[in-house]
Amino acid sequence: MHELPVTESILKIVLAHAEKNDVRRVMTIQLQVGRLSDLEDDWMQRYFDYVSKGTLAEGAKLQIERTPIRLTCNACAYIYTADDASQIDKPCPKCGRKDVTLISGREYFIKNMEVL
Amino acid sequence: MDDVRMIEIKEDIMADNNQVAAGVRDRLCGQKTMLLNLMSSPGSGKTSLILKTIEALKNNLKIGVIEADIESKVDAEKVASQGIAAVQLRTGGLCHLDATMVTQGLDALAAQDFDLLILENVGNLVCPAEFDTGAHKNVMILSVPEGDDKPIKYPLMFSICDVLLVNKIDYLPLSDFDAAALRKRVLALNPKIKIMEISCKTGEGIRDWISWLTREIAAFRRG
Repeated sequence: MHELPVTESILKIVLAHAEKNDVRRVMTIQLQVGRLSDLEDDWMQRYFDYVSKGTLAEGAKLQIERTPIRLTCNACAYIYTADDASQIDKPCPKCGRKDVTLISGREYFIKNMEVL
Repeated sequence: MDDVRMIEIKEDIMADNNQVAAGVRDRLCGQKTMLLNLMSSPGSGKTSLILKTIEALKNNLKIGVIEADIESKVDAEKVASQGIAAVQLRTGGLCHLDATMVTQGLDALAAQDFDLLILENVGNLVCPAEFDTGAHKNVMILSVPEGDDKPIKYPLMFSICDVLLVNKIDYLPLSDFDAAALRKRVLALNPKIKIMEISCKTGEGIRDWISWLTREIAAFRRG
């Protein structure tokens, strides 16, 4: 639902790096987005195509890598991965306690970009 | 043929907003003003809760309200009719408030000597959870008619809030809402959250909310 402000942020960061590095064209942008984010890959690309028109990044492809939802148990320190948000609700698979903390799955990160 | 180069970026996409949000928090700390970000679905009772809170505290505290709405000014008018400073930010179709919009709201409020500013976020359980507004406390409302399964559908919102107000508990006898199941689901996501059951209509539970808020404002002022 908020793909537009997020893609605007991506464009701003990408163009700042492009300027510093004398880039003529941005080909691909690699993103890391946590699995807990509800951003849709297709919509991100559509919004990006829209906001990047007339810039060095026009036509660039977003490659979105989804980072896993990882949790740690506060009782036994076990670290494990969850498939989706509903599993955050579940007890630690090792000791069965329900005192767990989310350690990743919510990130929005630009890793790198391929440029000409 | 040109060679394709790889440029490392390694930047957080939210960094801009997070920075502005930190600025909002610092600015308000300097003014001893606590900012409370209130979030919920449309129709859960955000405006009703704000009116109840104003009624209970307006003689002792200076309160201001920043309202976000996609198109209308209805909420700000209701609040202003209570003699409270209110500004309406029209988000123009955006689904959430970000820290820059909050800064605009602060600038639009002429005074700076508020004890408490309440930010009524856009009615939505998804997007507002993702954007730091610069608030010192995040509070959400879930009303009984929405159902006890909402933590499963919108886990992020429940995991970032300091308080969950379960509103419209006067509907409980008519509904199959399972308050115990809700509590279990929410605490699994966020063991630190404080859950209070209220009814803005009958006034039940409002006293607990007001005493929590009063304590938090006092603690905030002490730094």
